[in-house]
Amino acid sequence: MAWSVRVSVRAGSFSLDAEVRGDLDPVVLIGPNGSGKTTLLRVISGAYLPLGGRIRVGERVLYDSRDQVWLAPEERRVGYVPQGYGLFPHLTVLENVAFGRAAARVRNHRRNRRAAAAAILAEMECGDLSGRYPATLSGGEKQRVALARALLPAPDMLLLDEPLAAMDAAARRDFRAYLADHLTERKVPAIVVTHDPRDVYALGTPTVYALEGGSVAQSGPPEALSADPATDFVSEFFREDGRAGRRG
Amino acid sequence: MRKPLGRGLSGRGGFLVAVPMLAILAIPLIALAGASSPADIAAGARHPLFGPALWLSARSTVAALAIIVLAGTPLAWWMAGPTGRRSRIVEALVDLPIVIPPAVMGIALLQTFGQRGLFGPALSSLGIGVPFTTTAVVVAQVVVAAPFYIQAAATAFRGVDEDLLIVARTLGQSPMGAFFRVAVPLALPGMVAGAALSWARALGEFGATLIFAGNFVGVTQTMPLAIYTALESDTRVAVALALVLAAASALLLVPLRAVPTLLRGQPAARGEASRQSGRP
Repeated sequence: MAWSVRVSVRAGSFSLDAEVRGDLDPVVLIGPNGSGKTTLLRVISGAYLPLGGRIRVGERVLYDSRDQVWLAPEERRVGYVPQGYGLFPHLTVLENVAFGRAAARVRNHRRNRRAAAAAILAEMECGDLSGRYPATLSGGEKQRVALARALLPAPDMLLLDEPLAAMDAAARRDFRAYLADHLTERKVPAIVVTHDPRDVYALGTPTVYALEGGSVAQSGPPEALSADPATDFVSEFFREDGRAGRRG
Repeated sequence: MRKPLGRGLSGRGGFLVAVPMLAILAIPLIALAGASSPADIAAGARHPLFGPALWLSARSTVAALAIIVLAGTPLAWWMAGPTGRRSRIVEALVDLPIVIPPAVMGIALLQTFGQRGLFGPALSSLGIGVPFTTTAVVVAQVVVAAPFYIQAAATAFRGVDEDLLIVARTLGQSPMGAFFRVAVPLALPGMVAGAALSWARALGEFGATLIFAGNFVGVTQTMPLAIYTALESDTRVAVALALVLAAASALLLVPLRAVPTLLRGQPAARGEASRQSGRP
């Protein structure tokens, strides 16, 4: 499913003008802090109204400033996993996953929803966490639950904001492979924000977008960015790859 | 939990300096508790002023609290939204009844609902007179007590992670659904504490009620007004009323102190603990 995003955002002194596109393969978004990565994801999710532009996922137009189309977040079928996972602390793991109203796109009952939630948790190797509260989970467990919750409604697209940031090295290695498997298996397009070049390769992503100061500084296959970096940030980002690669 | 260090006045010397204030706060209450024998209290409770005042205080404060929570929650939610100059003006307006003396609020209410007030003529042409009725008691309580709830609820709503609300929406919840299923449960401890504070303030309301609602037995004479009236005839009745009111107010400390901790599930309680131990 092809998707494309072209948006302008103005918020105080901050401005974002970016054009990003992709299809089934996950797209990786990199960039320094404050470059607009999270803002871009929130605009796609429908949380922020941009100044102008167009967002299309498959055949559906989620936003078009010219045609005055603006779908509310609950109508977008876009899964969002924020930094810090965004699990509801007052609900158990099962209740978190069953939270989605449009779960599985079947007009479903509370009981069906819980059954569907239990099924996807089991599928994603988190069945034993059902009754626990998010505060008692490890970073890797939280991320799996957050991913299961975002996937349950069968979204047309997935937005993952630094899904691997808060994990230790071992958990990162595990989750990297896990994420790559589930994204391919479920055929759901995704934008993944990361600070780690190893994520880029693990996801087998064909396209990396480097966002700097609110605009796309460079984009293309990771090999091209690595070989011919357009900015200091991109060069730095892929240089760390060598050092980190030896370590992990 | 480690003891907070780095506070200048700690140890025995610090306690000695703190004692006078503690004494000023505690001694009057101890004196009140020791003033009456059980027989006096029983006699006070049988006094004709007692029953109607207790009943009026109970129902008027419950009505006031219901209005405060129903109308104040949307305002608090709005105030917790993105800040702008507009919102700061609103915040100042909400704070105003806290700093303005209740007697002044009483006059202001008369200027609003009284015979020659802003809405007075319109209301009296409909046959409605607000001043010196039980409605006036409730209105006075709402005006002086609402800010405490609204501020507490707004602070609690501001503490709710924006990402959680966005996630709730992407999972199919309407704005209302996200509010009731995510924002309210997470803000509940703060809301309950604010409601308890508000209720206590409404229960103690005196100045605005006396001016705007008057002092009529069974209609506008709440507990504080009954104490004031009883003092002129029989001190024992006043003391009995005061003790009952003090006990009721002290009971409100329970939701204020305990319920927020109980309501906070494991996760938030943990956050609280780590925040406190993280203090220098």
